Amino acid sequence: MGSAAFRGGVHPHYRKELTASLAITSMPPPAKVVIPLQQHIGAPAESLVKIGDQLLLGQKIGDSKGFVSAPVHASVSGTVVAVGPYNHPLGRKVEAITIQSDGLDTWHGEVKPAGSLDLMTPEQIRGLIREAGLVGMGGATFPTHVKLAPPAEKPIDTVIINGAECEPYLTADHRMMLEKPGDIIFGLKVMMKVLGASRGIIGIESNKPDALRVMKQAVEGEAEISVVSLHTKYPQGAEKMLIYVTTKRKVPSGGLPMDVGVVNHNVGTAIALAEVIKEGKPLIQRVVTVTGEGVIRPANLMVRIGTLVSDLLSFCGGLRETTRKLINGGPMMGLALAGEDIPVIKGTSGILALTDDDVDLARQRTCIKCAKCVSVCPVNLAPTFIAQAAEHSLIQRADKLHAADCIECGCCAFICPARIPLTQWIRLAKADILDRRKQQQK
Amino acid sequence: MNDKLVISSSPHIRTVESVQSVMIDVLVALFPVALISVLLFGYQALVIMLIAIASAMLAEAAWLRKLDFFGDGSAAVTGLLLAMTLPASAPWWLVMIGSVSAIIIGKQVFGGVGHNIFNPALVGRAILVISWGGHMAGNVWPVPKPFAFTADISAVTTATPLAGTEQALNTTLSQLFIGNVAGSLGETSALALLVGAFWLLYKGHIDWRIPGGFIGTVFIMGAALGEGFYYNQLLTGLFHVLAGGVLLGALFMATDMVTSPVTNRGKLIFGAGCGLMTMLIRLFGVFPEGVTYAILLMNALTPVIDNFTLPKKFGEVKRSA
Repeated sequence: MGSAAFRGGVHPHYRKELTASLAITSMPPPAKVVIPLQQHIGAPAESLVKIGDQLLLGQKIGDSKGFVSAPVHASVSGTVVAVGPYNHPLGRKVEAITIQSDGLDTWHGEVKPAGSLDLMTPEQIRGLIREAGLVGMGGATFPTHVKLAPPAEKPIDTVIINGAECEPYLTADHRMMLEKPGDIIFGLKVMMKVLGASRGIIGIESNKPDALRVMKQAVEGEAEISVVSLHTKYPQGAEKMLIYVTTKRKVPSGGLPMDVGVVNHNVGTAIALAEVIKEGKPLIQRVVTVTGEGVIRPANLMVRIGTLVSDLLSFCGGLRETTRKLINGGPMMGLALAGEDIPVIKGTSGILALTDDDVDLARQRTCIKCAKCVSVCPVNLAPTFIAQAAEHSLIQRADKLHAADCIECGCCAFICPARIPLTQWIRLAKADILDRRKQQQK
Repeated sequence: MNDKLVISSSPHIRTVESVQSVMIDVLVALFPVALISVLLFGYQALVIMLIAIASAMLAEAAWLRKLDFFGDGSAAVTGLLLAMTLPASAPWWLVMIGSVSAIIIGKQVFGGVGHNIFNPALVGRAILVISWGGHMAGNVWPVPKPFAFTADISAVTTATPLAGTEQALNTTLSQLFIGNVAGSLGETSALALLVGAFWLLYKGHIDWRIPGGFIGTVFIMGAALGEGFYYNQLLTGLFHVLAGGVLLGALFMATDMVTSPVTNRGKLIFGAGCGLMTMLIRLFGVFPEGVTYAILLMNALTPVIDNFTLPKKFGEVKRSA
């Protein structure tokens, strides 16, 4: 079964060959982990521990009373050596718990299989997911239990597993599909059960034929689940695009996937969910693609949450002299890091080191109105006009031009021959618009 | 922390295309027609092109007080495009004045590339037509002499096919297509223009909607309202497309990125508007040709067209009033 195409999009160099054929290997637990209390969208967790506390692997160390939030857990066993602000991929300091590992990896007693899935109610499953600290692992880090609890008036009939991995360089999802197809399908079935959905779709970009083959084999005999080959085009994995090409449903402007009866989850989230149900394991590790021409030995690694990027990189042989940019995530939507003393968090799908050759420092020029940004925008905006409005602080005009609908995929800035940071301007406009709307509501 | 690392907002990778590479692509696209014009009009054509490009680049460098003559390449494009609108008989000073006015009055006074409202090359041409009509009028243009490598400017002059019925009748459509007719350097060979335009389409620098709307409207209006030169209205429509500056205008002037709309619907409206104005001038105006003024007029409307044709955002919900 092929899929429809969405309008717009770009074809960057994918460079996935650096790591696509490398099996996921486990990085030994580092001597020290730094676990930020905010690794998700929503209310930050509050620390449950203090300096000197002895912790076991998988023990809950931070939690919040907020519904849209997620707890965090110890990813090594050992001693709390610091609680306080620490560097965070978002660029500011965030409260974090630093644990010195005892090297023993002694599991906490509460980590045990939850029992038979058939006997569990959706409510119980959601509870387990929340307690395990599951968040969207594609990078958005939205708490999973919230996504699995839509209001009653929004029935969900379809769960889509996002295996598009349209970001260049990244291969974590690709490897997971090759190596853990069973867990992905198990996770998907749990999601369908919790939501009462009758249909499961696994969408994979056509540049991963081996993953398509493996996943198709794995769903043989599963009448309710289909594997769909997607065009290789960025941003194929963007929520609205993925839903449109697999179901022909358009998420309304300003709406959510549940408005069209769909919930999206990343393949990594599905595997983590399977581990929660099967083994009772909270989210303490994830697969990170360490890649880019700046990395001496690129790899797909199973890494403990809270591992410092410096430790991760030295495990991969270190960085080349020519490295000019370090990114948490992929090159299209990732966050540039100011250094290596920053922990891996639940949403870190990759650590990417770009070199002088890849980092374009060309001077920005005047817009020549080539309209390439307009033609690549997957949500049909006119980026150059929004950026112009933002540059002149014309927030109302930016709002009228639907800046708030921008999905920040980066296609416009990628394609711009004048090197205008269009996405950045639109982000600014978006933030101002949302601020203004909030104030008006008060 | 690490002062070697660049911190910036995503995306972190960029296309290899730049303003300069786009402009170079346009120059490449103009190569076939430039070559044909030299074959038809001799070395004079080459001299005109070189003078036009050089004076455009010099004017821009002088205005910007920079020694980087090629710069983003837009001055060279303007110079070459202007040359394409001139007859092979144009004297050197006329070419220079046209080129310098195109750059200074057409572009730099508005703030440089990207800020100009009107197509600079056409501004230059319009100034020449108004000020030195004698040199620019259709009845002094040399007849092409293929492979003679020189144009006999003094002796052989004739009117552009559009100037009157008699000449038109003597011009076959196939001659118009290949370019063996009197006209400015760039408006003679439809074939060479199309080859260049396909290159730009392939590179994604122009969109079919502007030339499509332009040429389509000219064809329809020519077929419906044109005088029946060929005893067949469809051929008359085709004549209006191939003769004069329609193809050069539709493929290379109206498609100028800076001065045409960015939206898809806007491009179609813009192209159709250019075609409409061209034919109104041709059929009902005092000039035999109207491409220049049609495009300049539509250039002025570009911001308005853009504003009214913004694309419908993804997932837009129809609101019932």
